[in-house]
Amino acid sequence: MAEHRKALPHPTPETQDFWDGAKAGELRLQRCNDCKQAYFPPRPFCPACASRSVASFRATGRGRLYSYVINHRPAPGFEHEAPYAIAVVELDEGPRMMTSMVEVPQTPEALVLDMPVEAVFEPATETISVPKFRPAAGAVR
Amino acid sequence: MKPGSVAIVGAAETTEMGTIPNVSVIGLHADAALNTLADCGLTPGDIDGVATAGESPVAIAHYLGITPTWLDGTSVGGCSFMLHVRHAAAAINEGLCTTVLITHGESGRSRVGAGGRPGGAASLQGQFEGPYGTSGPPSSFTIPVLRYMKECGLTHEQLAMVAVVQREWAAMNPRASFRDPITVEDVLNSRMIAYPFHLLECCLVTDGGGALVLTSADRARDFPRKPVYIIGTGESCETPMVSQMVDFTTSRAFRVSGKKAFDEAGITPADVDHLMVYDAFAHLPIYGLEDLGFCKRGEGAQFIWEGNTRPGGKLPLNTNGGGLSYMHSGMYGMYALQESVRQLRGVAPAQVPGAKISVAQGVGGMFAAAGTVIMSNERP
Repeated sequence: MAEHRKALPHPTPETQDFWDGAKAGELRLQRCNDCKQAYFPPRPFCPACASRSVASFRATGRGRLYSYVINHRPAPGFEHEAPYAIAVVELDEGPRMMTSMVEVPQTPEALVLDMPVEAVFEPATETISVPKFRPAAGAVR
Repeated sequence: MKPGSVAIVGAAETTEMGTIPNVSVIGLHADAALNTLADCGLTPGDIDGVATAGESPVAIAHYLGITPTWLDGTSVGGCSFMLHVRHAAAAINEGLCTTVLITHGESGRSRVGAGGRPGGAASLQGQFEGPYGTSGPPSSFTIPVLRYMKECGLTHEQLAMVAVVQREWAAMNPRASFRDPITVEDVLNSRMIAYPFHLLECCLVTDGGGALVLTSADRARDFPRKPVYIIGTGESCETPMVSQMVDFTTSRAFRVSGKKAFDEAGITPADVDHLMVYDAFAHLPIYGLEDLGFCKRGEGAQFIWEGNTRPGGKLPLNTNGGGLSYMHSGMYGMYALQESVRQLRGVAPAQVPGAKISVAQGVGGMFAAAGTVIMSNERP
């Protein structure tokens, strides 16, 4: 298991809630209480209107595959997975996030843009689980 | 800035280019700086403003024996030098200094005296991109392109053609790293780096440097070389995380920076004789053509495919061979500016006949920042 050699996030006070959510198997986003905009990555104010009145909420974890590359030059810890996709998903709530696609061949044929995807959480350490995405249940593979 | 109020009077690159295993990073800065001072007939004692990226301007000033009254350490990636030109023009006009030296040096290939890459595990990139196995620009700068392909109809062949055309320019440049002609088929058959990008659609990794000297336009005519006047400048930024670009098919930083520069210069893309668009990867010239207004959205690749940017075409683009074939040390923006200066001095290896107005468009990070410099060899 090469997982521990992979780059791991170092949460900050502003992002701890997101990583606590991931550890609990939840994808958490934030939403502005004033302008109602959902946003990512986490910060203690709204990037749309600068309001400090914001709240974390549990997102659906559903979205669609927005774009990706299939990387042939692995980062440390990814040597046995190359070539592997580095993807961006657009969540149903609006924000986009980088991710890995799992439970699907890492090929252009299998990874079709706009395919529905859903979040899964991959334990990396005792405190960190990394949100990744797989083709949504019931979606055409 | 006031268009044409400041000029580039000195410009040169490092003595060697490509693989330079016997010179450190600061040594490359100094070699480029000394060549540039010789180009304009000045000594370090004549310089009172220093700007650089990657290295500290303090280190450069001390190393060269300069006592500056103005410093700029703006370091936002490969376009930093475009921003330095802009900031220097404002500083000279404001009287903060009279004669600015901008330096670049990078041991991208040999890594002699080179520092590490920034961005720790607590940064937003470290938390929300790094865990997914990004391994430098080839696997992240490239991420928007499949989306662009789907929305704008870009084909793999058209993307490959960007590299083919730039190799045509490189073939005319004795200092270019790669000069042998290539075909679309060669590009598509080259090793996959990060699908959909093949090796020949990714920039080189080389060693080198370059420097510029700027002063007021009123003083510029006293220097030995033909002055290159700064007539428009722009800068902007979007996001340090490529995954957070608002629209994967267009760079907001390019659009904002470009518009600022064109408005300031009072020109339109139709007035431009020569264009440099920082090409870390083959999609950059396509985005540049569209975001600067040379082509409509989705038409940049076809514009290149049809030969408009190749030797003899109506808009010569990346005439030194670009980051794909000339050189790319890591922060390529300096070399785009150098080529614009050569073209406007009339001394480029692949000279565009009668070029009067040149645009150099830089990118920093992965569509993170942008800088635009519009130059003319005629004072407006």
